[in-house]
This record gives sequence, structure tokens and C-alpha cells, in this order.
Amino acid sequence: MSARNAGGGAAARGPGGEAAAGWEPVIGLEIHAQLRTRSKIFCGCEVAFGGEPNARCCPVCLGLPGALPVLNRHAVELALRVGLALGCRIAGRSIMARKNYFYPDLPKGYQITQYEAPLCEGGEVPFLLAGEKRRLRLTRIHLEEDAGKSLHGGGATRVDLDRAGVPLVEIVTEPELTSPAAAHAFLTALRRLLVWLEVCDGNMEEGSLRCDANVSLRRAGETTLGVKTELKNLNSFRGVEQALNFEIDRQAALLSAGQAVAPETRLWDAARREARPMRGKETEQDYRYFPEPDLPPLVVDAAWRESVRDGLPELPHERRRRFEEEYGLSPAEAELLTADRELADYFEAAAAGGDAALAARWVAGEILRLRRETGGFPVPPGTLGRLLTRVGEGAVSHTAAKTILERLAADGGEPDDWIEMLGLARLDDAAALAAAVDDVLAAHPDELARYRAGRTRLFRFFVGKVMEATGGRADPRRLDRLLRERLDD
Amino acid sequence: MLERLTLGEALDGVAAGDFTAGEVTAALDARIDALDLRLNAYLHRAPGGAATNGAAPRGEEAPGGAATGGTPPGSAAPREDAPQDGGPLRGLPFTLKDNMNLRGTPTSCASRILEGYVSPYDCTAAARLLAAGGRYLGKTNMDEFGMGSSNEYSARGPVRNPWDLSRAPGGSSGGAAAAVAADLALFALGSDTGGSIRQPAALCGVVGAKPTYGRVSRHGLVAFASSLDQIGPIAKDVADAARVLELIMGRDPADATTLDAPVPDLRAAAAAGARGLRVGLPEGLADLGLDDAVAAVWEAAAAALAAQGGERVAVSLPSLRHATAAYYLLATAEASSNLARYDGARYGRRAAGAADLEGLYRRSRAEGFGPEVRRRIMLGTFALSRGYYEEYYLRAQKVRTLLARDFAAAWERCDCLLLPATPGPAFRLGERLDDPLAMYLGDVFTLPVNLAGLPAASVPVAVHEGLPLGMQVVGRPLDEATVFRAAGALERAFPFRETRRRAVDAALDAEGAP
Repeated sequence: MSARNAGGGAAARGPGGEAAAGWEPVIGLEIHAQLRTRSKIFCGCEVAFGGEPNARCCPVCLGLPGALPVLNRHAVELALRVGLALGCRIAGRSIMARKNYFYPDLPKGYQITQYEAPLCEGGEVPFLLAGEKRRLRLTRIHLEEDAGKSLHGGGATRVDLDRAGVPLVEIVTEPELTSPAAAHAFLTALRRLLVWLEVCDGNMEEGSLRCDANVSLRRAGETTLGVKTELKNLNSFRGVEQALNFEIDRQAALLSAGQAVAPETRLWDAARREARPMRGKETEQDYRYFPEPDLPPLVVDAAWRESVRDGLPELPHERRRRFEEEYGLSPAEAELLTADRELADYFEAAAAGGDAALAARWVAGEILRLRRETGGFPVPPGTLGRLLTRVGEGAVSHTAAKTILERLAADGGEPDDWIEMLGLARLDDAAALAAAVDDVLAAHPDELARYRAGRTRLFRFFVGKVMEATGGRADPRRLDRLLRERLDD
Repeated sequence: MLERLTLGEALDGVAAGDFTAGEVTAALDARIDALDLRLNAYLHRAPGGAATNGAAPRGEEAPGGAATGGTPPGSAAPREDAPQDGGPLRGLPFTLKDNMNLRGTPTSCASRILEGYVSPYDCTAAARLLAAGGRYLGKTNMDEFGMGSSNEYSARGPVRNPWDLSRAPGGSSGGAAAAVAADLALFALGSDTGGSIRQPAALCGVVGAKPTYGRVSRHGLVAFASSLDQIGPIAKDVADAARVLELIMGRDPADATTLDAPVPDLRAAAAAGARGLRVGLPEGLADLGLDDAVAAVWEAAAAALAAQGGERVAVSLPSLRHATAAYYLLATAEASSNLARYDGARYGRRAAGAADLEGLYRRSRAEGFGPEVRRRIMLGTFALSRGYYEEYYLRAQKVRTLLARDFAAAWERCDCLLLPATPGPAFRLGERLDDPLAMYLGDVFTLPVNLAGLPAASVPVAVHEGLPLGMQVVGRPLDEATVFRAAGALERAFPFRETRRRAVDAALDAEGAP
């Protein structure tokens, strides 16, 4: 697969535009996702966000003398879900390793991670970039523990070790993205997938999902890679995109001026919108990796692997394709309705046995609006389905159905009851409809005159007035016919 | 003279009602009071004396007693899991090497860097002894973090060999071996990374056993080299060692490297005799620094096993000569990482006056670690460094694999191996301090066993120029039973208890009580 598969465009266009001309960026990402386990990866301490510092610690995650790690099998299963969902090769035997460095929030003086033999290798993430299907290949996915948190301030540094030992997967991509926009789109798809798989809550504010990026430039068309820099502290997808744009412009300016790019790690400052190099000392560490002797090799046999595979849900891109094929949805609708599993499930339940296209329109419109307003789905999908059946039958108009939906959301109940209670059944009586049309025409002589003088666009005005007068109960097709008869008299 | 009893004798006496466990403990306490100023075997003793607890009626926890052992941080409550006087150990006392955590007791690993550190939890091995009705008597001196073969690298001063106070007791479990040899302890738990149980046991004339790697939980044992460390007993005779090892072996969910295998009846094995036992004798040990006197004793031991119906088999372990180099790369590599947590930031000793974080680390570690620990951290850091990892760490791992193959080939031809525990007898204090390499080479017969993860025991069999010499029996993985079978046979051929007692008494009397 070529880099173009994951790219967003042949040449980079930074915000400034000019500087990057003629240079092609090559971008790779490293994503740390916190796994949704109840307890930490090597001990029984609870995993939670917030609360008093250092309240969820034990000898193991504090790194006390003599404490030993014991691998949490649930964390392994969640990592396997990710690997299997993304088509990775799952290692039957992978090795935990120690990454040695000194830092106060690293209680043991080393992080337990995977190095030479990771749990997952290969695989790819499908994503959409401006409506086009792309894929980004993965290098590897491995398990590791999080470090604690250093809290600087007040002339002192305090350490909170509640996060120490929280299970993470590190997902490393191939350097095959060619634009910051593609990086953004990829991350959006990856985040959706992780949440979809119920392995990560995807919350970037709480640090459940973190991303580092590396980027280098080369002349468009070249195949060798340039010198890359690593960007850290990217705490939102927008931040990733901005930081990459900034860095691409910076590198392009250097290269265009005949200068070299230094291989270094740079910290993104979201407030100042700039990346500054970290001190060299911190980047040139020798981590002295070696196999973790306290943990035997992680063995995942075929039975375990397949049982995890069997438990996988239908994946977002699979579901998107099925929505297009089975329900005839447009790619845009299918994409929107597979934004998360709850929404996709809701749509399918509402569409069951009914008009899927109608359900898609309603879910994408009214239901998503209600979700934004209420944070949930106040109308059960079956109820929506029954309401849409009435719409499809022509028993209620769209306008009336919207009114009913509001009542269902606010007060619950059944669509038919509301139709009856609110008197919103469609106006089937031809004489009544004709009377309503005549009333409207009589009440708007000026508009009528202008219409007849050629302002035919006023037709919609009269439709609206009649609908208003009938409380939305008029059958649009019948009204259309009747109104034309009267107007074109 | 209750302090002179073996564990087996003490258990029988308590069961028969001849005396109480508390009386045994009191006798030991009195002897520790009288002699330990000279031996320096203990670093910590149960507050109020373990005797108080041993004498306490069943089910009543004596306040401030042995098992409570002080106050855990943030809690003054007595422990709920206070042991009963029942159980296989009947309230009799044990000691722990100072690298084993016991809640509420200081655990210093004989290092300045853990000054003031009090354990908030129990190591599994100690918890199992407590659960079996054992009582905590005290913690014994050691080489700092287990790094040393003479017990001279202790921040709390060297231990003296009770056979000759001018000599080293061996190490790193030197305090444990000296305490048992001088009847200052009924039995002791030590730890063995490259011979740290077997070598001091041999040099002090007592029995020491290291089980198969993974047999005894390392949970709560302060790590030196995680892939090599094992806890085991140091005892006055083979049956006592068997009894203690049976109590502490077995899978522990808190240590992922423990093995799920049935615990054999080691005391029965120790009594089973050597008939039909194929005893492997490695060739070429003379090239590895074997002393002539030790060679003669080795020959005598082999002959004794043959006389009891065993069969002598010559075996070849060609990789043995690379084992010491490989060991000192792997053990130090793991140690450099295991000891990274002692940085002055969270617990233990923190250096004063550091200007920044880097300074805090440098000063705390420079002040906190002794010379041998610093030497090994540097060696291990080097072995793992970029550009050297393949040449050193990985090559050493290959030697380890080759060595395991050598042993596996030997098991085709024999049931156990017999070889000396040490190349020579106890050396003088200070003799090897300026020559670390000589000290390292003294472990040549014990450390290959750790590299291969095999069970082994050392048994005293002879006295040479007033000092004990020990033989080592090595078994197949998980075959502690055969190790104890051969060890029992050696003990019957070379009864040692009275020899030890007379020699130690003479040495302690000659020095004169303070």
C-alpha cells in the first residue's frame, strides 16, 4: 500500500501556504489509549479519574521494595480487541519489557511496557477523508503501564501516583499520512473505533487518549524520508492538526532556505500556537530496555484469541457499508449514523421493518438534535419507528410528527395517543381543506394579486399559510393540487 | 539448653509438653543478648522479645508483640491475622533476612538508602510461616541488597563467622547462617541469587537449601536479580530445612513467576536413602579454582554416597566456565534496574542540600549505596546500554541457555549432581575486599545453579583446619525431593551437629565474653 492511501493531498499547505510549497509532509502518529479496566494493569487498585491524590495506590503501583507486578488479563483482552478489530497479527507469545529512566512520577525507575515482541503487529485503520475512503497501516500495538502525574506549582513539585499503573495501549502508525487534515481524520476514526469497541472512553481532557506525532518533509515525488521531529503535548485532535501545520511550515522554511532540520522532540504550546524544542538531555535518553524478569512471557493461545474475536461487535466501517447496502443510505448518512454504536443501534432499531430512508432522515435530524439537547435518546427507537409508520402511511404530516416527537420526548407515551389527543390526524376531509385554502386566499389578497401577476414563488407562502391554519394536518400532495387549482383559476 | 535444639526437636518437645515455644524463644533471646554483640548477626529483633508472644495463651495477642512488630505507617492497630500457637510450627520462632518485608518491621537490606523504611506489608514466605504458627524473632544481617559473598558489604557492619571470629561467614545471607550456626536462631529464611544461602551455610557448617526458581514466592522479597532470586531455609539439619521449605513452597498469585506444582514430601525424601541414586560428578572443576582440600572432601562425599548404594556418574558441563561472567552481567543488569527505585524521592534516605532533581538523585544514591552496590549498578547499567546490550546482556543470556542445555544433558545420565558448595573454606574478613574478582570467583559452583533455576542444597560434611566445608547437591527442575534424598544421605554419612557445636563453643569461648 502506498503512502497515498492515507494521504490528504500531494503537497502540504500550511496556514501560511507559501512556505510549504513543493514539500510533501510524511506524518506518523503514536496514540496512547487508556484501557477501560476496573483495576490497574499490575495490581488491584481501582482506576478512576479525579478525587484525592494518591488515594488509589498500593505497594505495587507505589514501587515499594519487594512488590511484584501481576498482569491484569482484562487489560490484555481489551488490547486484543483493538488488535483483532484492526486486523493486526496477534503474537502468541509477547514479552513485557522494562524501559528505564529516572523521574519522580515513575515509582520503580522503569516503566513496564513492550519493546521487542509486542502483542500486536501490522493491521490498519480505515477512515474517511473528505468523503473518500482511506486506510492507514499500523506498525504495532503494545500494552504498557501509565506513569503518575507531576503537579508543578507553589515552588514545589508534587507527585500523584493514582495514574501510575493505569493500563494503556500504545498504537504506533506507519509514517504514511501526508497531511495534517488526514491526521485529524484518522484520529477521529481511531477514537470512534476505540470507543465503539468499549476499550477506551476516548476522553482527551482526562488524558484517556493522547497523541504524539512525528513529521518530516521531502520533495514531492521523493521516496526517501527526511529528518523528522517529534511533537508532544498535543492534547486535542485540533491541536494535532495545528501543531503539524506549524511544524510543516517551520521545516519547509528551513529546508527552502537550505538549512537542516534538527532531529528533536518539540513541545506544542496550544495557547501560543507554537512548538518549542525540549532540552536535548531529555530526548537523548538510553532507556536500556530489557525483558521484564518479574513477568513471564504473555501467552495468547488460539482459543483465547478466538474467544475475544467472537466477542467483537460489528465494526464502524463494516456497519457503514452495511447501512449503505442494506438500507440504501448515502455514504454521508451512513457515516453520520455510525458515529457511535449507540446511535447506530438506535437507527437500526427505529428503522426495523419500516422505511429506512425516512428513519435515517429523522435520526440524523430530529433525534440527533434531541440528543444534543438532552444528552441522550428521550424517545425509544421503537416509539420513533411507530411514529414514522404513521408518517409513511400518510396518517400524519411531517410537521405534525415533529410536534408529536416533542411530546414523546417530554412526556413519553405512544404516538397514536398523541395524534388523537392533539387532534393531529391528517385532514382527510376535502371540503374542510378547500375551506381552509379559500380562507387563506381571502385573507391575503395582495399576495394573490402578485402571484397572479407572475410571482409564482409565492406558492410556498400559501402552502405555509394553509399548513399553519390546519395545524400541519393537511396532506401536502392534496393541498398542492387544490391550491394550484384555485390559484391558476 | 533449649537454644541448642533443632526445629524438629523443639517441635517434639513442645508437642510432648516438655517445654513451651515461649521458653525456646526466651532461651534464644538470652543467647542473642549474650553473643550477638560479637557476631552482629541481627539487625532487628521482635520488640518486647518474641518470647512474650510465644508464651502468650493461644488466641490472645500480646500487645506490642512479635508479630505486631511495631507500628505500620499510619496505623497503630494490631494485625488481625495474628498467628496462633497451633499449626505446624507451634509458636516457634523464625528469622528473616533483612531483605524480606514484614509489616511494621524495618526492612533495610543492610543499606543506608533504606534507613527508616518500615514495611507496610508482609512477604509471602513470612506470611506462610506466620500462618503455620511461626513467630517472628528478628531480621538478620546481610550484604547490602544481597550483593556480596562475605557479609562485609553491610552498612551495619560485617557478621563474624562463629567458627572463627576473624573470618567471614559468607554471604549474602551471612547473618542468617551465623545465627543458625551459633544457635542464635532455630532456623532462618535466607535468599539465594548466586549462592547466598548455600555458600554461607557451607562456610558456617549448617544446611542451606535453594528451591527451583518459582517454587517460593518472591512477593515481598526485595529484589536483587529478579530472574535468579529465591528464598530458602538455613537450618541446623536436613530434616529442618525440608520442613521449612515445605511450608513456604507453592504457587502465589502475587508472584507471576511462581510455579503451580505439587509440594513434595521432603522429609520423607531426606530419610529415603541413596540406594540406586545416580550421582553426577562434573568434570574439570579443578580448572575452576577448586582447592585440593575441598577436592579431597568432594571425593569422600561421592564415595560415601556410593557406599550407601548410589552410583557415581561422570558428567560434563562445558559451559560452567562461562557461568561466572554471564552471571555477573545478568544479575547486575537486573539489579541496576531493580535498584532504580531508591532515588530519595519517595521513601528511605534523601540527601540534604540538593539543588535540583538530578542533584537529589545523584547525592541520595551516592550517599545511600555502598561500594559494592554502586559497582554492580554501574556494571549492570553498562551491560544494558545501547551498543553494548547485544555484546553483554544478550550474550550472557545465550550462556544461560547453553548452561541449561548442559544440565539437561546431565539429567539424561544422573539424578542429581554432587559438587562442592565453595572452592575453599571461609576466608578472613578483609581478605577479598580489595579484590572483587576473587570474591566473585568464589561463587563459581553455586551461581550456575541459579542461572539454570535448579533446586540445590548445601550440607556440611567436613572440617578442614578448623573450618567447615560443605557439599552441594543439585537436582532437576522441581525435583527438590531428590536433592533432599542425597542431602539426607550425606548428613547420615557425616554427622555434623556435635562437631559444629563444639567448634563454635570453642571459638566463642576463646574470644571471651565481653
